[in-house]
Amino acid sequence: MALIEELGSGFADKVRSAQSTFRAVMDAMARPGTVQRITAWLDAPPPLTAATAAIALTLFDHDTVIWLDDAFASSPHIAKWLRFHTSAPIASEARYATYALIGDPQGLPDFANFSLGSDEYPDRSTTLILQLETLAKGPALQLTGPGIKDREILRATGLPADLAGRLSQNQKIFPRGVDLILVAGDGVAALPRTTRVTPIEA
Amino acid sequence: MTPDQTIQAKRQAAMAVLVHANTDELARRVATLPAPPHRSIRAPENGLVMVRGRVGGDGAPFNLGEATVSRAAVRLDSGEVGFGYVLGRDGEKARLIALCDALIQSNNHGDALEAGVLSPLREKLLAERERKARQAAATKVDFYTMVRGEG
Amino acid sequence: MYVAVKGGERAIENAHRLLAHERRGDQTVPELSLDQISGQLSLAVDRVMAEGSLYDRELAALAIKQARGDMIEAIFLARAFRATLPRFGMTEAVDTGTMQVQRRISSTFKDIPGGQVLGPTFDYTHRLLDPTLAGGMVPQRPATAPVPEAPMPRVTDILKSDGLIEPSPLEEQGKPVGDLTREPLSFPADRDLRLQNLARGDEGFLLALGYSTQRGYGRTHPFAGEIRFGEVEVEFFAEDAGFAVPLGAIAVTECQMVNQFKGSATEAPCFTRGYGLAFGQSERKTMAMALVDRALRARELGEDLVAPAQDEEFVMSHSDNVQSTGFVEHLKLPHYVDFQSELGLLRKLRAEFEQAAQNENRLREAAE
Repeated sequence: MALIEELGSGFADKVRSAQSTFRAVMDAMARPGTVQRITAWLDAPPPLTAATAAIALTLFDHDTVIWLDDAFASSPHIAKWLRFHTSAPIASEARYATYALIGDPQGLPDFANFSLGSDEYPDRSTTLILQLETLAKGPALQLTGPGIKDREILRATGLPADLAGRLSQNQKIFPRGVDLILVAGDGVAALPRTTRVTPIEA
Repeated sequence: MTPDQTIQAKRQAAMAVLVHANTDELARRVATLPAPPHRSIRAPENGLVMVRGRVGGDGAPFNLGEATVSRAAVRLDSGEVGFGYVLGRDGEKARLIALCDALIQSNNHGDALEAGVLSPLREKLLAERERKARQAAATKVDFYTMVRGEG
Repeated sequence: MYVAVKGGERAIENAHRLLAHERRGDQTVPELSLDQISGQLSLAVDRVMAEGSLYDRELAALAIKQARGDMIEAIFLARAFRATLPRFGMTEAVDTGTMQVQRRISSTFKDIPGGQVLGPTFDYTHRLLDPTLAGGMVPQRPATAPVPEAPMPRVTDILKSDGLIEPSPLEEQGKPVGDLTREPLSFPADRDLRLQNLARGDEGFLLALGYSTQRGYGRTHPFAGEIRFGEVEVEFFAEDAGFAVPLGAIAVTECQMVNQFKGSATEAPCFTRGYGLAFGQSERKTMAMALVDRALRARELGEDLVAPAQDEEFVMSHSDNVQSTGFVEHLKLPHYVDFQSELGLLRKLRAEFEQAAQNENRLREAAE
């Protein structure tokens, strides 16, 4: 067997890094629209960024099936790195995925391609992790719903233009449907299926 | 066998001895080797494997229960990557096994590893197995023992 | 500075202190070590590993010490600890055919290739309490004998070669192996899930069910085809290494029960089987498991479902002692509000009862 290439390391301090990253994602889900900070540091194989990689190491394990979009799948180091550090199985079909890593959010496939959960187990849907350019500026989205007092404004660069429409369709099949985690720089935000999203004209 | 298969078989055979070694003895023996510069690429960590059995002993598999496992990986500066996997929660043992696995792949260290570590440990393992087998053999029922009867 | 602590919290803290004190007991008495528990109470450790579904002798010994010898509490601790460790994957199926046998017996044939090897067993002891074990007794060194060259094939294989016994169900390539630690149980359950459930099931529960099958609650006419105990090597396909790596060895006990024959219009009758496999030297457990395994195959073998041991839902829903104790012991939690409403309902019913009794008395008086 050929020698393994240089693999990026995982968390230096596994326990604390996983806990702080989990907390950040959890708070982002609980308070949609807020941007939480990922403070854990690690060497991530590009084009995966450190924050996205931290979320992967925290949430993925032997039981979570992962789907990579073309942007991430075209770089074989990423799959190798994920398998080495998390033992997560990587599927070629998105509909089996527990998590989908999206390196090109503008090319995000239709939600129907992913797992939408079942009526008995709506939680068995795919959680989409979108790696974006920035959560500091860009087209604004208005968010209302559980976890949000009145409304929140979320700005992001790199989201698909029709996202609000897609999320509205997503809400129609509630409690089934997908949830989104948005990562940019060291920030993480989330759009759970319970959040109503409407675009704000510039 | 192809060269790759040969080296894989050697590594598996070495691991089969190392996983049964006493950690302290393994550490002492490995310390006698001229260990080349190396670094950890997977710090020792503990986890579980689900042990499988077979229905009827030889049929379809089923999940029996989990066992603790430690694993580690090291990389010699010369490039060889060694893996250590062992039952239990002994991270140091996994690290030592990984180092040995890396050394066995390197042309320069195989002989010293065999002489200083694998050979003596293999001997000990076989002796222990033999001892246990002899103890069990003494409890084997011999239905045909002749006993001197009266008259 | 005084910090307000709720009354309940202080009571709990003190209860834990008292527990730790009681657990330690008389401090002039030497403390138990994990080595002592693992080495000298090894069958207790085996049970905690089997039902805790976690093979790790040291952890099981610690659980037993922490639980003060309460086995189900120890099993609970083992199960909880499992949840803190990540799973790396599944092992290759262990091969009991290549076991380093310490004990191997069969009740179906006297002479079997490899022989009847008694091993360390209680079977022939007289069950008289031995006061010399109270302390200071140094056991004799074990006897040894030359190791026979003869192989030790499975007794079931001997029967199988003459077609007298059903073969084991074949492995179906690509079919996922059921795992009840990942998917909620639903019925009917396949054999792989049933065996996983029984392997970690409570020994007492399975023993009673196995016994019931022998007493007529479902008749399976069992014979112990073979029981073997010893260590088996465990291998794991490590994706990062790219090949199957040996992990070491675990001790397991295996029991093959040979049960009444079953035939049909198109197939000649042959013996049917029950299978038991468990961590450690767990003979009674694997025998009971094999009896119950066979009983649960009633549906598959077209037998009438008449007995509790044949009722899949009954057996599998109640075999897990952690699950059972969870619900039984939850009764200790406050049910104050539930009970208040019960009291209210009861008082109302009693008032109605009184009222009805009074009405009847008045009617009777009026009639006189």
